Amino acid sequence: MDVTLSINGTDHRLDLDPRVTVLDALRHHLGLTGTKKGCDHGQCGACTVLLNGRRVNSCLTLAVMHDGDEITTIESLGSPDALNPLQDAFVRNDGFQCGYCTPGQIMSATAMLQEAEDGWPSYISRSLETDPDLTDEEIAERMSGNLCRCSAYPRIRQAIAEVRDARGMAAE
Amino acid sequence: MKPFDYARAGDVAEASRHTAKGATVIAGGTNLLDLMKLQVMTPSALVDITRTGLDGIEESNGGLRIGTLVTNSDLAVHPIVRKSYPVLSRALLSGATGQLRNKATTGGNLLQRTRCPYFYDTAAACNKREPGTGCAALEGRNRVCGILGTSPHCIATHPSDMAVAMMALGAQVEIEGLNGTRAVPLDDFYRLPGDTPHIETCLEEGDVITHVTLPAPPEGTQGYVKVRDRASYAFALVSVAAIVRFDGGRVVSGRLAFGGLAPRPWRTDAVDAVLEGKSPLDAAEAAADALLSEAEGHGDNDFKILLARRTLRRAMRELSESQA
Amino acid sequence: MSLDQSPDQTTELTMDKAQPRLLDAMSQGLLGTRLSRPEGALKVTGRAAYAAEHLPDNLATGVLVRATITKGKVSHIDSDGAKAMKGVLAVFNGDPLVRNPAQGQAGEAPAQVLPEVHYFGQPIALVVASTFEQARAAAQSMTVTYEEEDAEVEPATASTVDKPKKSQSDTGDLEGALRDAATAIDVTYATAPHTSAAMEPHASVAEWKDGRLTLHGSYQMLKHNLAELADALDMSEDNVRILAPYVGGGFGSKLGIAPEAVAAAHAARELKRPVRVVMGRDQVFQMTLRRSETTQRIRLGCDASGRMTALAHEDRVSNLPGEAFSEPVAQGTHFLYGGENRRFTHEVARIHRPGTGSVRAPGEAVGMIALECAMDELAEATGIDPIELRVMNMRETTPADGLPYSERGLERCLREGAARFGWDGRRPAAQRLDGDWWIGMGVASAVRTNQMEESVARVTLQSDGTALVETDMTDIGTGSYAILTQIAGEMLGLPAKKVRVRIGDSDLPKSSGSGGSFGAQSCGSAVFLACKGLREWIADKLDVSPADLTLRDGVATGGNVQMSLADFAGLPQTSEGHVKPGDTADDFAIAGYGAHFAEVGVHADTGEVRVRRMLGIFSIGRVLNRLTAESQCHGAMIWGIGSALTEELMHDPRDGRIVNHNLAEYHVPVHLDVPQLDAILLEDTRDDQANPIQAKGIGELGISGAAASIGNAVFNACGVRVRDFPMTPDKIIAGLPDRP
Repeated sequence: MDVTLSINGTDHRLDLDPRVTVLDALRHHLGLTGTKKGCDHGQCGACTVLLNGRRVNSCLTLAVMHDGDEITTIESLGSPDALNPLQDAFVRNDGFQCGYCTPGQIMSATAMLQEAEDGWPSYISRSLETDPDLTDEEIAERMSGNLCRCSAYPRIRQAIAEVRDARGMAAE
Repeated sequence: MKPFDYARAGDVAEASRHTAKGATVIAGGTNLLDLMKLQVMTPSALVDITRTGLDGIEESNGGLRIGTLVTNSDLAVHPIVRKSYPVLSRALLSGATGQLRNKATTGGNLLQRTRCPYFYDTAAACNKREPGTGCAALEGRNRVCGILGTSPHCIATHPSDMAVAMMALGAQVEIEGLNGTRAVPLDDFYRLPGDTPHIETCLEEGDVITHVTLPAPPEGTQGYVKVRDRASYAFALVSVAAIVRFDGGRVVSGRLAFGGLAPRPWRTDAVDAVLEGKSPLDAAEAAADALLSEAEGHGDNDFKILLARRTLRRAMRELSESQA
Repeated sequence: MSLDQSPDQTTELTMDKAQPRLLDAMSQGLLGTRLSRPEGALKVTGRAAYAAEHLPDNLATGVLVRATITKGKVSHIDSDGAKAMKGVLAVFNGDPLVRNPAQGQAGEAPAQVLPEVHYFGQPIALVVASTFEQARAAAQSMTVTYEEEDAEVEPATASTVDKPKKSQSDTGDLEGALRDAATAIDVTYATAPHTSAAMEPHASVAEWKDGRLTLHGSYQMLKHNLAELADALDMSEDNVRILAPYVGGGFGSKLGIAPEAVAAAHAARELKRPVRVVMGRDQVFQMTLRRSETTQRIRLGCDASGRMTALAHEDRVSNLPGEAFSEPVAQGTHFLYGGENRRFTHEVARIHRPGTGSVRAPGEAVGMIALECAMDELAEATGIDPIELRVMNMRETTPADGLPYSERGLERCLREGAARFGWDGRRPAAQRLDGDWWIGMGVASAVRTNQMEESVARVTLQSDGTALVETDMTDIGTGSYAILTQIAGEMLGLPAKKVRVRIGDSDLPKSSGSGGSFGAQSCGSAVFLACKGLREWIADKLDVSPADLTLRDGVATGGNVQMSLADFAGLPQTSEGHVKPGDTADDFAIAGYGAHFAEVGVHADTGEVRVRRMLGIFSIGRVLNRLTAESQCHGAMIWGIGSALTEELMHDPRDGRIVNHNLAEYHVPVHLDVPQLDAILLEDTRDDQANPIQAKGIGELGISGAAASIGNAVFNACGVRVRDFPMTPDKIIAGLPDRP
């Protein structure tokens, strides 16, 4: 099937088996291997990309369903020579070890910060109606869809907290 | 994953025509694709309804009418849901992850399949997946399985959190089928397994869920308590959705629904009926007695009987304290 | 430099005696600092390419097929049916496919048993197709018929139980000592089977060119993997090259060559085109080696003062018939505490669950749960503070064979940790209720045996005055790139930017690889020796003794001469370092030590446990990079949280299959399970007997005892002693006390 995916601002026209997921379209058909496959069942978060600005598991959606949608991957953030603030914070805080879950953590955190800025509550927010304080525990709940078996969790959250502070977001 | 025909429906009628011919509806796909990848589900055709425009939330008859495509995130953070249906917001936010909630839809969430491990393994006996093969869970590892409403043919539980809250709220499901539209109370939407555990709802070929409607916000305090094996991102061992009116330290009335215990989100009038006039903790005990009188464990999941009682106690305590 | 060219010089060392602390005399100030990972920018931008991400032209994809019986024979596989499916190129279903991964450091092919089946989920075939979707569908649709045999799958009732002779010992009169003890306890603990669950699934891309195989793999120990793969394929090691510059986590699961690598290499050879095989997550659960479940009976006896007179640690683990590995449960118990009357028994039930092997800290990770919880029970029974009881029972030399300890920071860690953690705020059990949560504190000792392994590394001082470090070492997240950069930079007086590290290529000099917490110290020692050789060469050029040479910021100073490294004649200069373990390993008990402190909340209604605070403090000799070492501690402590609270592989009681073979139901800890942690590495320790860089491993020490501190905290919180790990709510709820 023909499908046109807009990835990181560039249209890619592909002829795909309908079974191909967005993740496999990126990794197998476009050589965009920054997005990782950890479980292929939406259970680890390594494949997180932004779909029309929202974080999703790219392994759990078919490419043919996303004709014309905007997909943003890790490749569009910073480059090794010019890291974006979140990437830079991950490196300085040692917010990763093996690095395999890292692109997913960073894409997820990117969207999570936006969700908090938009006032989204979480399950553990004291109030559903007031803007959330993005405490360490709040970040933890909101990032729990991104597993890290090296278990760099404390420093992943320290890196995110740095960016939270730089953006002047509330943390109690 | 077996090959399938893919079609995109422009409207519900078109989707309905596809399902009448055996196609399976796909929207968020977060559960369906998971199962298709394992060949637990093997639809020969998918009809994609994501471009049918059913993604709005509108006020209706004092309540809320939720399009089937509304994502779990959008529903959870909707201002009216947060203010007037907090049990629903909390239940949604307790489920899955930020990523999954951005994709999973309202209709799809109602139709989630069980997490019974034997359902998920195509090399295991499972009457739900393959009628007539038996139930490997009965004598197997059934920690996640049910203690209420099960049958000798199936002890699977329904995994949704959202549906538990909606059950407590008295939601209705709007369905468009070959013979027009109809509204089904969520209480009547789900079926118990009996000897046909593969049939889980009242949906028929040609049916497409278009909306879920909530009645006017109920009086009382609302809460959702979920107990699970890790702090976040796990299915409920037991969950309780509770809407309770208190007066002077006593329960006036309440509606309770339960997750993790049964093949469907579980709610009975008999449980609600015992709450009235009691202190919160006495009400919890009485409700637990009524709820669990016929509960049956299957080995690994025996603990759910006590855990359900305690989760109920916790929910009632938290509600009464937050209300005080 | 090509393979067969010999280095300009070689420095060898067999670790027969303590070496001078040369690194302490260096002046670059790079080693031990919090250097960010040199490869970090590539990882955070998605540019670091892992095994499956090599996409050669004409790449075909293979998907493994699993057995759906526990034991028996494959009598027929419908290859023709599969081959009739669109895109399918071939089906392979016999030799050389392997039953399970090789055990760590095996150096030979794992069992090749097809058409026999020995466990449910064993790989029995590979389907190769043009695309992943085609291969997966064909693999899933494969019709297989079997001749099935009965199989035992329960360790407790297994009819074949091995008792490896070297693992049984009986000293003194245990029963008599227990009878005479002022206080004695006799408790049995159980721990669940675990899986490594590295985030990167096992993956291989195989390509053949002119009879030589190149395999992009996800492996920890390339020199052994090379031998294992060559043996499996019945070919010479010289014709195999494995590349693994980035490995998405290992934790033991990638120590030995695994089924996907052998299958990919074989298929690529037969099909004459590159083949990629990536295990599905369910397959990673089913086809790789797990950590054995254990049952452990601990008996402890002490006199009225608390001095232990009796200690017994008796365990049962399991593995497939014929597998050499068995979880060395009591490894740490042998030398941690006294008790002159001692017994150790170790039983291996031969059953047909998926095979067991090394998972992060084999032995101590689970053995220390039982021992350190039992110590807490003894403390409770005697009324002695758990820290004092432990300190009191440390001995001057090892109880079993009287060896001196090389460096033992245990008491210091216990005391310093207690002070930092606020241990004096601990109350008797079930006395602190905070809202709806019972609060309690627990402590446990940490100990992990330490070993160095033979390693070779090459360092080249380049013409531009920079250094190139080369070895087949891997970085599985441990920080090899960083610490090798720092060792070379420190020794050669170069800032990190002027050191380049090339690793993860089996054509490079053979190191220990990553495993057993020996990678950094072993490979690091080899790099140290290579650099030592270069220092001698530079000193010689300046006509000073190496002791009078100062190297800093790319400049050599000796005598009256100052000279930029780039200006030396004779560059590039290549130096090889070669380290081997020696007498110190036999003459001393060498181990890392530490202490874990945990504060937990137990929900007063539901029995859910949350870790509120956790502190780990460790003594590991020289710290090579404080940042990455602390990260290793964090990871290990969180593995402790997982084994304490959430992680359990569930086996079906009838056929042994793993039923929760996915990351939704095998519960590794998520962010919210983990608070901010306090990980402390003692500043000023050196272990002179360990190796020439005086450093010990940390990646496994940090787990050892961690879960026990949580178990002890649960008891202190609510008075419920859980002896069956993980401590899920069902094991706590019935025993919860009433609220005051």
